[in-house]
Amino acid sequence: MAMFIRVDIDDAVRQDGDLCKQLIEVCPVDIFTLDEGGRVSTVEDNVDECTLCDLCTDAAGDGVRVVKLYRE
Amino acid sequence: MRFYEFEAKQALARRRVPLPKSELARTPEEAEAAAEQLGGPVVLKSQVLSGGRMKAGGVKFTDSPAEAKQAAAEILALEINNLKPAGVLVEERRTVEQEYFAAVTWDTRAKRPVIIFSDMGGIDIEEVAEQHPEHVARMHFSPSRPFPDFSAKLAVANVGITGGALNALSRMVAALAGAFIDHDLTLAEINPIGRLDDGSFVALDAHMDMEDEARGRHTALLDELGIDDPEARKARPPTQFELDAAANNDADPRGIAGNLVEFDGNIGLIIGAGGGSLTLFDAVRAAGGKPANYCEIGGNPSVGKAAGLTKLVLSQPGVDKVAVMMSIVSNTRVDIVARGVIKGCIEAGRDPAEAIAIFRIPGSWEEEGFVILDKYGVEYVDRSVSMHEAAARAVAKVAG
Amino acid sequence: MSILVDRDTTFIIQGITGREAVTMTRELLDYGSRLIGGVTPGRKGRDVHGVPVEDTVRAFTEREQVDGAVVAVPPAFAPDAVNEAIEAGIKLIVVVTENIPRRQVAQFVEYAKQEDVRLIGPNCLGLISPGKTRLGGVGGAAESTRVAFQPGVIGVMSRSGGMTTEIANSLSEAGLGVSTAVSIGGDAIIGSTYAELMPLFDADPETKGIAIYSEPGGRAEYELAEYMAESGSKLPVVAFMAGRFMDEMPGMRFGHAGTIVEGRADTATEKITNLAAAGIAVAERIEEIPQRLKERIEQIEGAS
Repeated sequence: MAMFIRVDIDDAVRQDGDLCKQLIEVCPVDIFTLDEGGRVSTVEDNVDECTLCDLCTDAAGDGVRVVKLYRE
Repeated sequence: MRFYEFEAKQALARRRVPLPKSELARTPEEAEAAAEQLGGPVVLKSQVLSGGRMKAGGVKFTDSPAEAKQAAAEILALEINNLKPAGVLVEERRTVEQEYFAAVTWDTRAKRPVIIFSDMGGIDIEEVAEQHPEHVARMHFSPSRPFPDFSAKLAVANVGITGGALNALSRMVAALAGAFIDHDLTLAEINPIGRLDDGSFVALDAHMDMEDEARGRHTALLDELGIDDPEARKARPPTQFELDAAANNDADPRGIAGNLVEFDGNIGLIIGAGGGSLTLFDAVRAAGGKPANYCEIGGNPSVGKAAGLTKLVLSQPGVDKVAVMMSIVSNTRVDIVARGVIKGCIEAGRDPAEAIAIFRIPGSWEEEGFVILDKYGVEYVDRSVSMHEAAARAVAKVAG
Repeated sequence: MSILVDRDTTFIIQGITGREAVTMTRELLDYGSRLIGGVTPGRKGRDVHGVPVEDTVRAFTEREQVDGAVVAVPPAFAPDAVNEAIEAGIKLIVVVTENIPRRQVAQFVEYAKQEDVRLIGPNCLGLISPGKTRLGGVGGAAESTRVAFQPGVIGVMSRSGGMTTEIANSLSEAGLGVSTAVSIGGDAIIGSTYAELMPLFDADPETKGIAIYSEPGGRAEYELAEYMAESGSKLPVVAFMAGRFMDEMPGMRFGHAGTIVEGRADTATEKITNLAAAGIAVAERIEEIPQRLKERIEQIEGAS
């Protein structure tokens, strides 16, 4: 279970096939994956590895949010 | 990674280097049978990854199979520098008229491989070089071009050897250099080469070290030689703790959180990077601390990897606290390591605030890291506290 | 002044799309380095934080002046990447990659020498001339780097990337600052040793002293001691020697690939004796380095 980071993905992003592919490609620590329905979701084991590089939020705008749990 | 003598000799045999007849025995009975088969007097040599075999009693000369059996039993039971032999090499005993030394190694100053050859073999080559420099030849060669056989010839000729001996010895030296280059060795040595009473030359002992980083490129050779225990081939056998740390490190290619060496102290160290670890280990000792381990973190290890290492160090008997310290980090990130060590403590069922004696990793992403450490109540210091000072604080805290 | 680089040095990163290189790219841009491109085969047309990516080094060298290359590709591909940069005519190459077998290192070191290329590394964090530029990740995030590396008068050479920053920081805190700092790499064979870089510092009017970080293993400290004795260099040198504990454990590898005590000459104790004999002061702790340098610089300036 991730202790430090949570990644929220909006439904609009999940339904955007191209954007899903882009998220998977840009993330340097493989946080994103496609679920069986072809929608993007997160890999729980990798979420704490997030390097805060912003490449996913750059790609998806407000549709993806990286939440630092230790600041809450 | 060091080869046993019998393995080094197999590698040389593939290159047609003449060798005395020999057989590896793993039991006294096998040694007896080998002596029987070889006939005549034999020498039995402990197959151990340590120098000083002769002095330690790891080499014995016998005249009959029954004697060989007895000698093998003694050698197989003998640990040399805390290392167990992998077997005993039973080798035909020949009359040696002169001994030579041949080695190929890296001259790190010249940044090239160098052949070292002497007609005064069998004894410490550094001593020969000091006392009889004219009997030691050094010949560098290019690491890029195909090995020039004439370099081997020059090395042999430079100590004053000519005639048939020159050609026979040059061939052996060239073969040694070939093995050195082809197998990414850091040392290839035949000491001694013996000139026998019939005028022929044989490699009486051989020593090879393969560079750890290159092991993956030589699986064919390693398979052929039956080498499947690379981790065990260190200056001393690795402990379970060390093997577990290596497994944790190898499980994830991102960064390093390993190179762990076990010591019998009471302060767990999560330290890095290469140079920082050396400095901090010295600093802990200078402050009167007793490290439970050496280790290195660096290259921005993943959170999971840092957590795994922390958990492991905390699991050691006698270790109650870890000190997490590095030199100011550049590519390793303070926040990532902070996440890792805190996660490791929690997974080990420990309160990070109590299990971490001190956290001294200043540098990249430290603001983010310090927020995390604050959240979990871990004591940390920034770069204004020197490495030696931080180490002294950790030692004081562990001492209570 | 600085050595090897200045404000205008242009360079590329080979392997720019890797995990560490992506971070390094942003940090270099934030610092103001003239990073003009990156190479990752198959990724032509992409960009990393706005820096264009090409498939080949030549794609850049054919259209503009490229002074340097930072090689940050995995060890299996690093030798070829170095050779590609040399072949494309780049004259300063910083090899960050670690775990390259030394035979391959020796091969590209030889090629670089033939082509008059200055090679730094491998297994290093690069070099920095504070306030001007840096090639490689040394110092890390730009803000953090500005704190640790303030412009000044001391040249730094270190076999450890991390300790480069630690030493620079102590010099900056003491008000001495850094002219150029070079993380020379921790491998047994490296492109540029202390002694090979010393002439550049000797020729730099701004550099008034040298701090080095050294370790057991190898002969680089002897080479430096010889250089100091033979060259008539006027620069005071203060060394820090880590890994003193290793003297008790010959044959064990700690730290870098180049750090192993194989013979008597490799030990920390022997090296300290040798450095001291060459007039090089050896500090016991990092925090002593600035004071030792200040004393030596004052002595020299007082004498002239």
